[in-house]
Amino acid sequence: MIIEGGIVYDPRNGILGEEMEISIEDGRVVEESRDGDKIDARGMLVMPGGLDAHAHIAGAKVNTGRIMRPEDGRRGTEARTKLLRPQTGYTVPNCYAIGYRYARLGYTTAFEAATPILEARHTHEELEEIPIVDKGALTLFGNNWEVLECVRDGDLGKLAAFVAWGLRASRGYGVKVVNPGGGEAWGFGGNVKGIDDPVPNFDVTPRQIIRGLMRANEALGLPHSVHLHTNNLGKPGNYETTLETLRAVEDIAASRDRQVLHVTHMQFSAYGGTGWRDFESKAPEIADYFNRHQQFTMDMGQLIFGSATTMTADAPLEYGNARLLKAKWSNHDIELEESSGVVPLVYGRKMPINAIQWAIGLELALLTEDPWQMIMTTDHPNGGPFVNYPEVVALLMSRPKREEELKTLHELASKRSSLPSIEREMGWNDIAIVTRAGPAKILGLEEKGHLGMGADGDVSIYDIDPEKIDPSKDHEKVKAALSRAKYTIKGGEVVVRNGELVAVPQGKTYWVEASVPEDEAAKVRADLVDKFAKYYSIQISNYMVQDAYVTSPRIVRAGVI
Amino acid sequence: MIAEDVLCPFCGCLCDDIKVEVEEGKIVGVKRACRLGSSKILGHERTTAPMIRVDGELLETTYEEAYDQAAQILKEAKRPLLYGWCSTVCETAKLGILLAEEVGGVVDSTATVCHGPSIIGIEEKGMAGATLGQIKNRADLIVFWGANPAEAHPRHTVRYSSNARGMFTPDGRGGRKVIVVDVRETRTAKNADKFILIKPGTDYEVLSALRMIVQGKGEIVPETVAGVAKSDLEEAAAMMLAAKFGVVLIGLGLTHSRGRYKNVDNALSLVADLNGFTKFVVMAMRGHYNVAGFGQVCAWSTGFPMAVDLSRGAPYFNPGETAACDLLAKREADAMMVVAADPASNFPRATVGGMVEIPVIQIDPFPNPTTLLADVVIPTAVCGIEAEGTAYRMDGLSLRMKKVVDSPYPTDEEAVREILDRVRRLSDDN
Repeated sequence: MIIEGGIVYDPRNGILGEEMEISIEDGRVVEESRDGDKIDARGMLVMPGGLDAHAHIAGAKVNTGRIMRPEDGRRGTEARTKLLRPQTGYTVPNCYAIGYRYARLGYTTAFEAATPILEARHTHEELEEIPIVDKGALTLFGNNWEVLECVRDGDLGKLAAFVAWGLRASRGYGVKVVNPGGGEAWGFGGNVKGIDDPVPNFDVTPRQIIRGLMRANEALGLPHSVHLHTNNLGKPGNYETTLETLRAVEDIAASRDRQVLHVTHMQFSAYGGTGWRDFESKAPEIADYFNRHQQFTMDMGQLIFGSATTMTADAPLEYGNARLLKAKWSNHDIELEESSGVVPLVYGRKMPINAIQWAIGLELALLTEDPWQMIMTTDHPNGGPFVNYPEVVALLMSRPKREEELKTLHELASKRSSLPSIEREMGWNDIAIVTRAGPAKILGLEEKGHLGMGADGDVSIYDIDPEKIDPSKDHEKVKAALSRAKYTIKGGEVVVRNGELVAVPQGKTYWVEASVPEDEAAKVRADLVDKFAKYYSIQISNYMVQDAYVTSPRIVRAGVI
Repeated sequence: MIAEDVLCPFCGCLCDDIKVEVEEGKIVGVKRACRLGSSKILGHERTTAPMIRVDGELLETTYEEAYDQAAQILKEAKRPLLYGWCSTVCETAKLGILLAEEVGGVVDSTATVCHGPSIIGIEEKGMAGATLGQIKNRADLIVFWGANPAEAHPRHTVRYSSNARGMFTPDGRGGRKVIVVDVRETRTAKNADKFILIKPGTDYEVLSALRMIVQGKGEIVPETVAGVAKSDLEEAAAMMLAAKFGVVLIGLGLTHSRGRYKNVDNALSLVADLNGFTKFVVMAMRGHYNVAGFGQVCAWSTGFPMAVDLSRGAPYFNPGETAACDLLAKREADAMMVVAADPASNFPRATVGGMVEIPVIQIDPFPNPTTLLADVVIPTAVCGIEAEGTAYRMDGLSLRMKKVVDSPYPTDEEAVREILDRVRRLSDDN
């Protein structure tokens, strides 16, 4: 296949809006294609396929969201066709809708952001049902008893061996840490208040857990860094915890050419104020820190007005949300490993807190100078559903759009944030970084997020001419074009044409196989045999995710030997 | 040969530590399973050949004939009902939902006459839950409400709840309190520290009174509530508030008495309220080993966990209108496929009447009263013994069931796929 005449943005390869041909054969970008298929992309924007590095798209808490929210299932229903399964849901779409909607946006890869090892089989059952996109899942480690004990005992070798084992057991791609220590404390209804608050019964602190897991992650040389949801997330004044956390790990070095820590959905961790009354943005302080510390990355967690379903392994946070909003509340504790919660809510333009939260996400993205440190996300469906990504892109590219929106919001959005004064408007190169090249680099997916030789043949083509259109003024056209890709090409196959799905291939699932020294692995096995005999409610032989649940694996190797 | 760590295909406990002794391809012994599980694993009377009803009598036929006939029935029906899915693996459910899409049918599970009201309660309130191991390791107070595990889930208490030992519960039963609320003194009640006998159909009142006492509004609770002395309720509430980790395990006593989903809503609300004081979780004691799994598959496939009408191409969910009993009682369904369930035994009489009048296809390893109403009978392998696949435990944990011995019968999954393929071919022909 040859894509001809398009204006290509491929930041990883230094291509900033050049008219050039892209050739794809056997699913990969090649020098020259001989199959004769041609796509006329004249006057169109061409980028690598979009990559969502943080979304909640598969597993127990997503399905809990569907089950407890029949009112959401009724939104966005579309009947089946000869090609497509039926679609339901807005914030918690069914599996098919997830794949179709990503493809229509020009996205070709999406990672589930949090799966407990024990329930990873369920996560993979749903990932298998999501069509088209390549995918992977980050595995939760921040409240696992084996982790807490290794950290307490200072046994880094054993911790690394356990991380490798946990990734294999869950067929996971990376190390996710959510409210470290807080999930264990929630086992008896408690939480931790900061990074030095000891975890009950385990004699470790969140600071030690984060440092331990980061050092294990780097000892294993994993493709992705630790992916952190901070302590105190969602609480007024939490920017101090966030900065304290980052300062606590400044001395740790990355083992690969990538960040040493990714802080996720930063919007929820950049709050000032002593309570909800004086709640305010501290995004400038966070962005300023990131501008001076290139070893860290973040994603936005942008808020979208309207319906959302919050879902997180931060169970005490969800309990707090439910109490505050008098909302439906689901909780799910996972023995020896994690806790989690789900709460539906509505973000209102006239709600002061929501309006300020909306501004914070944009401030973070616009004030962080290096786009390679930033990923565009809505923390789907916590900040809002991913189908709103074109709205976020339009906001990032157009100050007039931001001004228009601010006029419709509660006035505190302007008073308690710096957004009105921010002049920056992202260009297409920035957008290609924060939606494609950046997330690929941050996740360590070498064949994704670019269009160089050997890259996956994942391309999105939008019916918009970057040389003729001014996104600042024509933001509505930008949003419309990005909402329905002219073409989405996945692995060299056209899956979307003129905004409609034309093919539904099955994507791959990435997971990381990390090797560790046999003596360390043996120590972990001995611990686990004991834990399963005494504490787990299942047998160790039934624990690991079997091959049957990952039918198209893409195994990435790492490790210390 | 001994097969180790086999999963038991009986109840929602989904015990995964069973030892099955196999000699020359036959199961000759079972260890660790309860008597209910052992009975199923050791096997009992099977349907030995596919059958089609001719002139009122079931006659043996070939699988090909039976599949053709089943496909024809579903294809010709205007409102086919595809029901059951609780005693089979998720892989069968996935194909069943696809088949329902293909024929524009309604798909529903046995939850509809079981914990369906619990699911509707969850839609109202959400559910504060946990895995069973969390209860084993932490719970110091167990409340069985309208549930009798001693009879229905025999290993639940030892493996997961009142008698289990874990990290923070080293003394097992000795370190725990158990409250049982029921309409009669069950075997489970005999093991309780506190038994509250309530009148049938008064769960809602008793739950409401407990909620008021927990919230410090006990002064407005009358001296007796539904025949229960206020002092008993105060004692129970005090035990709940004194717990470090409490759990309410709800059974069919709550979902099948007056109030139904509102009872469950109130129980879920009590647990949410208690979290303002201490840690509490709640769980439905699901019956069949994979009834929870169908709900999961149905939710991720269609957006809804049961009672999904696919006749319009887009899923439509409205229990009361689209549940199996609704379709049968109103004589809407004009054909029914029953997979791994026995509605003839479990449905209300008026709905079974609806089954009598329409063609019924049964896919099941065993004969049961539904067989007596069936027009096409397709015997299959027993999942978890003769076929592998996925099942979800009552707490939502998914596990892989094993194949221990070979079977001469096709799997449920194969049978549904054969029918699906034929339905598609019939569609192409038209």
